[in-house]
Amino acid sequence: MKRLPASVAVNILLVLASAVALFPLLWMLSVSFMRPGEADSFPPPFLPRAPSLAAYKELFAHQGVGRDFANSVFLASAATALSLLFNVAAGYAFAKLRFAGRDRVFQILLGALVIPGQVAMIPLFLMLKTVGLVNNFGGVLIPAAAGVFGIFLVRQYALSIPDELLEAARVDGASEFRIFRSIVLPALRPILVTLATFTFLATWNDFMWPLIVLSDDRLYTLPVALASLSREHVQDAELMMAGAVVTVLPVLLLFVALQRYYIRGLLAGSLKG
Amino acid sequence: MAIIGLFFFLPVAAAFVLSLTDFDIYALADLGNLRFVGLRNYGELLANPLFWQAVANTLYFVVVGVPLSIAASLGAALLLESRLARFKGFFRTALFAPVVTTLVAVAVIWRYLLHARYGLINYGLSEIGVRPVDWLGDPHWAMPAIILFAVWKNFGYNMIIFVAGLQTIPEDLYEAARIDGASSLRRFWHVTLPGLAPVVLLVSLLTIAGYLQLFAEPYVMTQGGPAQSTVSVLYFMYEQGFKWWSLGTASAVAFLLFAMMLIVTVVQLAIARRRGVL
Repeated sequence: MKRLPASVAVNILLVLASAVALFPLLWMLSVSFMRPGEADSFPPPFLPRAPSLAAYKELFAHQGVGRDFANSVFLASAATALSLLFNVAAGYAFAKLRFAGRDRVFQILLGALVIPGQVAMIPLFLMLKTVGLVNNFGGVLIPAAAGVFGIFLVRQYALSIPDELLEAARVDGASEFRIFRSIVLPALRPILVTLATFTFLATWNDFMWPLIVLSDDRLYTLPVALASLSREHVQDAELMMAGAVVTVLPVLLLFVALQRYYIRGLLAGSLKG
Repeated sequence: MAIIGLFFFLPVAAAFVLSLTDFDIYALADLGNLRFVGLRNYGELLANPLFWQAVANTLYFVVVGVPLSIAASLGAALLLESRLARFKGFFRTALFAPVVTTLVAVAVIWRYLLHARYGLINYGLSEIGVRPVDWLGDPHWAMPAIILFAVWKNFGYNMIIFVAGLQTIPEDLYEAARIDGASSLRRFWHVTLPGLAPVVLLVSLLTIAGYLQLFAEPYVMTQGGPAQSTVSVLYFMYEQGFKWWSLGTASAVAFLLFAMMLIVTVVQLAIARRRGVL
């Protein structure tokens, strides 16, 4: 009987904490449906008096948010495809193929994880400028493709594929490519979903790098466009909230759908330290 | 391999070389204008009060924000792992949701929540009799407001790591402590915390490194103001490099930030080793 109050307390605390975590997001949704100016009153209204799509119409018709949305979708998808292609090949090679200096190179790569990306930002920017990739989607994508973290994730998972299986296939005369396609890829499937989710969310949410590389507003991604919009329309709460909804909702839905894979990647990543 | 080499190691070396030059908008137009200046960029930075202000602001953010964030994560993880908790899956998703949201978008939401006149936070405070605070307009309150926002945004990440860490502590230990008559507070102090020590170390290393890279929050919420109270090291680097195009100076800032991170990490590892955590 003594347990009951404790149990109630734990669950009430959880409800409160979740409310704090979710409230700003719910309020964003509510304000985004208010009519222009409605949110600028005191006390702040919780729900729109008459739900309206005015803010969304303004965003898509006059602020070019449809184009920013398309840019974000394209960049995040392309980065995901590139990262899968590159990291899977590299991760598998580090785990299962024998080549000179393999372990040494891998250790150096792990060391590179310690170096913050910002140190490399300026030289990378100048390098891309010389080859004409600044103010261009290529410049946003190239650094996203080759992540040490992705290689690490795939390698750890690929280590669990039994060597005997690969040897047997080799003895049977299967080519390396065939082995990769018919044995390795199916075995790696779960970690590929993890890596894809991670890359997509990271590219979608990334701010500083696209801010630096893209100067033409027709190429802006949603976060960059939203930041520039928020500097112009400081007072326009409904518009800003609608912009936030358009930016946040896709990744939030993706996360809810794939959270099992995402959390596994997060835990694998935390072991790297 | 070549791609990583090209896009990672080369830039780091290049960043250092750049930091020894006066690379600016003229050099951007014609490399002939580039001069080697030795350590002058570093000397000028160390004499620049705004740089020191940026360092102080960033350290303020780290020293207050990281413990708060870790405490929130640990508290949430303990609640989630409590055997009394119901609907764990739902609560875990709800508490983690802010982590996957787009930083810029939620910063915009929080700027509105913190609005001096129409913001809900001030409304809530006024209901309990606290006078409105000009959160983002007052140099004393801007950084605490950003810290509050950052803790809300990030605590779910470490919470997940703590949950995994809590699951590795053997149930027998709790059982034994209970039989010995230890209160739940003592069980937490003598069983949970020592069991979590390596996880706490890992989480604090990652969180400090992350918090030292404060950038988008001030960019969106305060633009470094008011009175430069939220200029972070990275924000300072961005303005030097991509607003004024002093890329040589910006490279030197990047390198000093890197040095700061390295020192903090090494010191933490040394402390951990002495205490026998590693």
